[in-house]
Amino acid sequence: MTGTPLIEVEDLRIDLDGGGRRVAAAEGVSFRIDRGETFGLVGESGCGKSITALALIGLLRHPLSIGGGIIRFGGREIQHLSAARQRELRGNRIAMIFQEPMTALNPVSPVGRQIAEMFVLHKGKGWREANQLAVEALASVRVPAPERRVKDYPHQLSGGMRQRVMIAIALACGPDLLIADEPTTALDVTVQAEIIELMRNLCAERGTAILMISHDLGLVANVCRRVAVMYAGRIVEERGSADIFRAPSHPYTQGLVASLPRLGSRAALGRSRLKEIAGVVPAITNFPDGCRFNPRCAQATDICRTVAPRTDLLDAGGLVRCHHHA
Amino acid sequence: MLSFLFRRLLQTIPTVLAVVLLVFVLFSVVPGSIVSSMSDDADPQVEMRLKKQLGLDEPVYMRFGSYIAKLATGDFGTSFRTREPITAMIAKRAWPTLQLIFAAMAFAILIGVPLGFIAALKPGGIVDTIAMVVAVSGLSIAKFWLGLVLMYLFALKLGWLPSFGYGDGGLKFLLLPAATLGVSPMALFARTTRAAVLEIMTADFVRTARSKGMSETRVVKWHVMRNALVIILTTVGLQFGGLMGQAVVVEKLFSWPGIGSLLVDSVLQRDIPAVQGSILVVVLAFLAINLLIDVLYGVIDPRIRYV
Repeated sequence: MTGTPLIEVEDLRIDLDGGGRRVAAAEGVSFRIDRGETFGLVGESGCGKSITALALIGLLRHPLSIGGGIIRFGGREIQHLSAARQRELRGNRIAMIFQEPMTALNPVSPVGRQIAEMFVLHKGKGWREANQLAVEALASVRVPAPERRVKDYPHQLSGGMRQRVMIAIALACGPDLLIADEPTTALDVTVQAEIIELMRNLCAERGTAILMISHDLGLVANVCRRVAVMYAGRIVEERGSADIFRAPSHPYTQGLVASLPRLGSRAALGRSRLKEIAGVVPAITNFPDGCRFNPRCAQATDICRTVAPRTDLLDAGGLVRCHHHA
Repeated sequence: MLSFLFRRLLQTIPTVLAVVLLVFVLFSVVPGSIVSSMSDDADPQVEMRLKKQLGLDEPVYMRFGSYIAKLATGDFGTSFRTREPITAMIAKRAWPTLQLIFAAMAFAILIGVPLGFIAALKPGGIVDTIAMVVAVSGLSIAKFWLGLVLMYLFALKLGWLPSFGYGDGGLKFLLLPAATLGVSPMALFARTTRAAVLEIMTADFVRTARSKGMSETRVVKWHVMRNALVIILTTVGLQFGGLMGQAVVVEKLFSWPGIGSLLVDSVLQRDIPAVQGSILVVVLAFLAINLLIDVLYGVIDPRIRYV
């Protein structure tokens, strides 16, 4: 970790405006991603991982807004940039792919045109040249017969093909950071592997960093060098992805790791039930005092119910937010 | 596509037959006839002779049969009143009605759709509030009253436009009736467009467009408009039918020599062939426009295919 990190998030808070009452949907979020690095953000639905991503790319919409903190991109603060300046970064330097390839593309526009837009917007190309570049972009994501496919509409493509188109759009301008928000959740498992592989290879070739967001710890750890686990709007643990499996430190992460089904475990461990984390994620308006995980935590003590834990550095490397971390 | 068109054309035949039958049945049950409308205290013998002349002495199913038979050859019959062929009467009046409806439609689309767009871009803003007040009033105002107010204002007080009539068929005669007829579809288009745009603005692909670094104007121009058009088109298509009905009131009010006023006059005088003919033409026009709209869907939305 030398030089300026590509993106640096410091104490980010995201507010949810609930009719005059502001609540923090995410707070104290800090992490950094270096150039070309792969970083994962994991957590259950509603833990704040997607809105963190939207904050990075400047796409938070009412009732959500950035309530505080700093986002530095290439050393420059970007959280207060004007709309026009943000647009220069968005799509161009920071790109994003979304979960639903079925609905993320405009149904009444040919996919080639939707890719070509990127070159018109950010590279100052005319439509003719942009369309030509779109064919190349489609070829680069290994879509067969790209010169014919550019004329296709999204409904004529399979889910996997559409996600390839999304990747082609996202990587069209050679961004420094690709945010992938649950990029394969809506796809078949076999297609999933292909898409992840494709994304990883293309980004590695171009030196594009990846921020991968998923509820699937296994998938993220597989793709990313480092992983941060979010719970109820806070990052609770950040580790190298091998470490997080070997020795999870936060009780929540421990629960997540224990709840992963493993091949062969039944033979080795006898008939055992798949582990689960008791309880549900608290609602945004109703976060518990102290450590937000305390109502579901087996190791919780009095301090956990009153004092929010600080983020501690682990000896083995990594960060954890727990009073009783291992 | 061709087979789709062919099937759609075939489907119009039962519709037309049903309409003809309905009008026939209605006019055979309502009291009064052309004969009684001509003279209040006619000699029964004169009345009989007239009825025979017009073929009204035959039972209704016989009349229906012979009407359909003639219709199949393109003969709409002759008017009871003027003895003119119905086709000629309608041909004379078709153009003014078309003028009126298309002018009203143009007025409604050119004002209503942009108004809805602007309103949707800043929901709750000043433009939105004004637009929606205009829209609700436009939908609620009775046409005959609005027509009278416009006449009073622009013809009587300001003297800018003629108050009624077709004149030489020029634009200044068309303006007031077209505006009167166009106000309620304009209001409806504004509302529909606003709702459509607001809904599309929350779609995933709009978020994708924003993530590309597009300005909101471009997002709307490149991604929202065409999608909104599909929804707007449906409303426009439906309104065409409605306008043909509403044109009757406006034509009567402005003494506009169209099919609508022909229809009203013919109904009052129990001129059944003329009523039949006018209604038939209106129905055919309605079906034709619906077919056109269906074809346009396919042009705008690639997901729609004709099989």
